[in-house]
Amino acid sequence: MAREDMKKHSMKEQQPEERIKNFDEVPYGYDVEIAVEEANRCLECKHEPCRKGCPVEIDIPAFISLIKEKRFEESIHKLKEKNNLPAVCGRVCPQENQCEALCVRGKKGEPVAIGRLERFIADWQLENGVETPELPVKSGKKVAVIGSGPAGLTCAADLAKMGHDVTVFEAFHAAGGVLVYGIPEFRLPKEIVKKEVEYIKSLGVEIRTNIVIGKTITIDELLDEEGFDAVFIGSGAGLPRFLGIPGENMLGVYYANEFLTRTNLMKAYLFPEYDTPIYLGKNVAVVGAGNVAMDSARTALRLGAENVHIVYRRSEKEMPAREEEIHHAEQEGVKLNLLTNPVRIIGDEKGWVKGMECVKMRLCAPDESGRSRPEPIENSEFVFEVDTVIIAVGNTPNPLIPQTTEGLQTGSRGTIVADEFGKTSRKAVWGGGDIVSGAATVIKAMGAGKAAARDIHTYLSSGA
Amino acid sequence: MYKLVTKKVLSDVSKLFEVEAPLVARKAKPGQFIILRVDDKGERIPLTIADSNPERGTVTIIFQEVGLTTQCLGRKEAGEYISDFVGPLGKPMEFPEGSGRVIAVGGGLGIAPIYPKVKGFFKAGKDVISIIGARSKELLILEEEMRSVSKTIHICTDDGSYGHHGFVSEILQQYLDDGEPIAEIIAVGPLPMMRAIVNQTRPYGVKTLVSLNPIMVDGTGMCGACRVTVGGATKFTCVDGPVFDGHHVDFDELVARSRMYLDKEKQSLDFCRCGGVK
Repeated sequence: MAREDMKKHSMKEQQPEERIKNFDEVPYGYDVEIAVEEANRCLECKHEPCRKGCPVEIDIPAFISLIKEKRFEESIHKLKEKNNLPAVCGRVCPQENQCEALCVRGKKGEPVAIGRLERFIADWQLENGVETPELPVKSGKKVAVIGSGPAGLTCAADLAKMGHDVTVFEAFHAAGGVLVYGIPEFRLPKEIVKKEVEYIKSLGVEIRTNIVIGKTITIDELLDEEGFDAVFIGSGAGLPRFLGIPGENMLGVYYANEFLTRTNLMKAYLFPEYDTPIYLGKNVAVVGAGNVAMDSARTALRLGAENVHIVYRRSEKEMPAREEEIHHAEQEGVKLNLLTNPVRIIGDEKGWVKGMECVKMRLCAPDESGRSRPEPIENSEFVFEVDTVIIAVGNTPNPLIPQTTEGLQTGSRGTIVADEFGKTSRKAVWGGGDIVSGAATVIKAMGAGKAAARDIHTYLSSGA
Repeated sequence: MYKLVTKKVLSDVSKLFEVEAPLVARKAKPGQFIILRVDDKGERIPLTIADSNPERGTVTIIFQEVGLTTQCLGRKEAGEYISDFVGPLGKPMEFPEGSGRVIAVGGGLGIAPIYPKVKGFFKAGKDVISIIGARSKELLILEEEMRSVSKTIHICTDDGSYGHHGFVSEILQQYLDDGEPIAEIIAVGPLPMMRAIVNQTRPYGVKTLVSLNPIMVDGTGMCGACRVTVGGATKFTCVDGPVFDGHHVDFDELVARSRMYLDKEKQSLDFCRCGGVK
């Protein structure tokens, strides 16, 4: 086997020194020639190990095989049989832990670049257009989907393809959930999300924005008054989680979701052309080491910060972010401050952040999460001179739906309790995504949406 | 899109719109608010629901033209549309049935958000004493509406152009001193006014509610912009409020946080797309 063949084809990307000055997408994606070459690396293994790694069950060898033959339209149809948001997944899925982790080629070299091929074929479709699949005869059943993020959109699209009437309720003014408010433009262009949403609408799904379920309408009203036969809750991220240290409400301290929402959904990076402002100092500390932390750090650089630090209490090995995100962040100049834990935020006389006191940590035996438990090193406190702090350490479930839905069981941490098919304690109510699992990934939420759609279909078909 | 059904100019700087939003109107309760966006490039801003009419499917909002969004909104006329209008958000206020004396203190534009609450107390059978104030007679809003739901009403102006020449706190002091029991006080107005009232009532131990209006983005508990310290704990105004026990609110922090974007707000006004006052 040729040496070259051991490696994935790389994607051209914007150089770090250029890209930190704009919000344009970093990698450009494959062209036809490279895509076909990369597809040819696929061995089409009979036992199809990659498929077991895909939460939305894509027939990976089949869609890649069609790329080999340049049968792109058929390839996209194959992909869309299972995945309603391929242009999103091709960009943000952690393929390295999923399909690609199981690729036979990965044993002696790099796996087939399944994610990049998915992106290629999805983008090809967005450029060239593709016909909406023929839909089955209408079932006459109505399903309400709460939230238009990855879980909701997936569930809605699958149910529409099964012949049900689906209405998606979105609290924000735009559809997409975390895909539009959370994930930055340079990682997932909003034009792409818009096109994926357009496709889902073309399946007959209605999306109603500016409706907060639990406030504007309750789940009971959807079922009892609005004529819905089933409800899927995919309401996503909840209340901010802070560190519980002094100074977190000072000026210049952002919770990551606010920082990202202002920038992505409200387009604060185009202020004052867009009305929503954002404040950013020169020296920024981002607390946390997940994808949201990396997104915040890289966004801060693009908004003009001079020094951006990730502050994380464990070591590099435990960082929850995707490898690619950490790599991109470091390439762009984000500094990692590991085994470092914030103790308090220090402000000036007007309440603006001027520093963050931290303590050095060391790792001890693993805790119940299986990760090494960090412990402070005595007398190792020091002050970071920063003027902006972004807290990105996760969230706790939103209380609006549980509070207003009697009989909907929640777990000890406030998440909605659901079985593997998304069924909750309430009849005709399913749930999936972050509101059930706690903060996870786009693709896991999509997998949950898919599983629930199938179960809802069974329920509706049983004459309920 | 949401239709602006009627428009009223209440004073030089405050305007009223009835907005067509049947789903919000059906659910709106005193104490709750909405978030609106004027157009596709607009900011999301929270405004208290001043009134609602489920039959007509309308929600009344009253605002002062202080920033870019409110200026752009103020330039709209009845029959025009705005992009987004979502609600009702926040916790509704509770009005325990039964008699008792409630004092409502409303300052400036705070009279708009206090009106539905006074109406709630009035309907629950409370004797409401309303003390409302403005800088001058021209700036006083909702006098008739407030009068219709109050047992007694006092009007104060800073310049003496109408009613009592002085501050609302002076009238309130008379009630605090008269020895008659007060079930509750509710104060809504600019932050310095609410802070002053809360400090004034604290020694008397009379429960004093305030309604907060901090900077918000989503309004559903996701972003944390509206956090406020109440009784030493961080609360989110959009889901835990907007009405809080004023004696436990950290007003210093709230005042500081309300100034976070002052520079940007000026910049924004200079840029103003809608051709508003520069």
